Amino acid sequence: MKPALYPLEKPPTMTTKKIGDVILDVKNISLRFGGVKALTDISFNVKEHEIRAIIGPNGAGKSSMLNCINGVYTPSEGSITFRGKTFDHMNSRQVAEMGVARTFQNLALFKGMSVIDNIMTGRNLKIKSNLLMQALRIGPAEREEIRHREYVEHIIDFLEIQAYRKTPVGQLPYGLQKRVDLGRALAMEPQVLLLDEPMAGMNVEEKQDMCRFILDVNDEFGTTIVLIEHDMGVVMDISDRVVVLDYGKKIGDGSPDEVRSNEDVISAYLGTSH
Amino acid sequence: MAFFLETLIGGLMAGMLYSLVALGFVLIYKASGVFNFAQGAMVLFAALAMARFAEWIPKWTGISSPIVANLAAFVIAGAIMFVVAWLIEKLVLRHLVNQEGATLLMATLGITYFMEGLGQTLFGSDIYKIDVGMPKEPIFALESMFQGGILINKEDVIAAAIAAALVALLSVFFQKTSTGRALRAVADDHQAAQSIGIPLNRIWVIVWCVAGVVALVAGMIWGSKLGVQFSLTTVALRALPVVILGGLTSVPGAIIGGLIIGVGEKLSEVYLGPFVGGGIEIWFAYVLALVFLLFRPQGLFGEKIIDRV
Repeated sequence: MKPALYPLEKPPTMTTKKIGDVILDVKNISLRFGGVKALTDISFNVKEHEIRAIIGPNGAGKSSMLNCINGVYTPSEGSITFRGKTFDHMNSRQVAEMGVARTFQNLALFKGMSVIDNIMTGRNLKIKSNLLMQALRIGPAEREEIRHREYVEHIIDFLEIQAYRKTPVGQLPYGLQKRVDLGRALAMEPQVLLLDEPMAGMNVEEKQDMCRFILDVNDEFGTTIVLIEHDMGVVMDISDRVVVLDYGKKIGDGSPDEVRSNEDVISAYLGTSH
Repeated sequence: MAFFLETLIGGLMAGMLYSLVALGFVLIYKASGVFNFAQGAMVLFAALAMARFAEWIPKWTGISSPIVANLAAFVIAGAIMFVVAWLIEKLVLRHLVNQEGATLLMATLGITYFMEGLGQTLFGSDIYKIDVGMPKEPIFALESMFQGGILINKEDVIAAAIAAALVALLSVFFQKTSTGRALRAVADDHQAAQSIGIPLNRIWVIVWCVAGVVALVAGMIWGSKLGVQFSLTTVALRALPVVILGGLTSVPGAIIGGLIIGVGEKLSEVYLGPFVGGGIEIWFAYVLALVFLLFRPQGLFGEKIIDRV
């Protein structure tokens, strides 16, 4: 049996998957870089505990969308509502504090640091003891460090990367680095997990592993997942609802089956005959 | 043999001071990815502040104990370095997040000249003395082995002990605390660090502050040996080859690099100098650094950079 991944404080409660209320609501987002319109008037919502995919051909604006939610880009127009609070401007750190974690399309791991240290950085916001206490290793600080380390060990077991604990991540193969990236995001105990092309550049086997991890996180943890993906097959298999973007516009939104039979989506992906 | 050992020890002591300055470079580079050209200016600035306050405090308050006056001056100089760190973050670094390394380097060049000027405007441009009451008399060691023994400067030994303690403290801080981990994370990738909620701004203030304190200790030791004067900034330039030798990302590298360069300079001056007419000490470190750049660009202990092509 694989060890379950759950916060040390609270035991897992999710047994059957229940899709809840809207947790993240994106309204009329537009994003322009100079004259280039990356996104035009995009609206969609994400419900609690669901797996929501954003798909679209290259350059459709998927990553821009994710970066808007993550606070890396500030949308030119529109607003984002998270748990009932509406924002039109925020930065990455605020987003992290609200319980949104992300992974990166082009890995942004701390290459010189070991796997453990990388994932431990994800606990940063949870660490309460101050600098002086940490430096002197006073009791509470020491205990806190051990507690966080224990949590990180759970994640390492969960992602099946026990053998690479102490390896600097720069030396790991690509597929494993992607797992570490996911692990670091999981260490934040996020409510919403944003995955930017988690399966890009992977072979079939690695993709299957990653799918399994994503489904397990969603299942055991109840984490809401927003993922961007290229690979249509994978997305249709694991997501509850799908948004389709093309040239910065929303052209489809609904269950995988609805999206699959949507004319606009088919023509965007396969091209139309004129 | 005794002469060789004396030269060696002299070199080690000089090297340790290079190490301290190099340590400042490494700290800031590790934590913010910035090659801080202003480290030398920070050494001068901190040393000037300490020297002048140690002189002013007895005058203003009538405290006659040199220990109290020096201690107070050290604390005040430390506080000033904190303010400097805070201002640098607030006015310069904050606006340059995610910029190219070259841009940040140019910014620190600007900071260098500004701090050199400001330091001398505020504190004066004469040669000042820092006297922390280190014993000056020499010790004679190993008298049983060599005739007359080996001459060691007691002041140097104390300075070495202070430096060693500082280094030990910093390694623990970097490797064993979660703030240290956050510092290393920021050094690797600003954007990723922000996405997991590490506060870049606070981290930068902390690291510049630590580098400021290291500069203060370096300036204090150096100032008490040679007096606080403008030429302290050029000493920092001598620490550049140390950083290249040891690796920009390695604290132990800075220490060992400093020692190698210190010893290398003294030994080459004494033993090779006569053949080429002397003056080796001035360029030896740079040539050694060049050789290292050819064969081991990441330095002795630096992290090897592997890039996906």
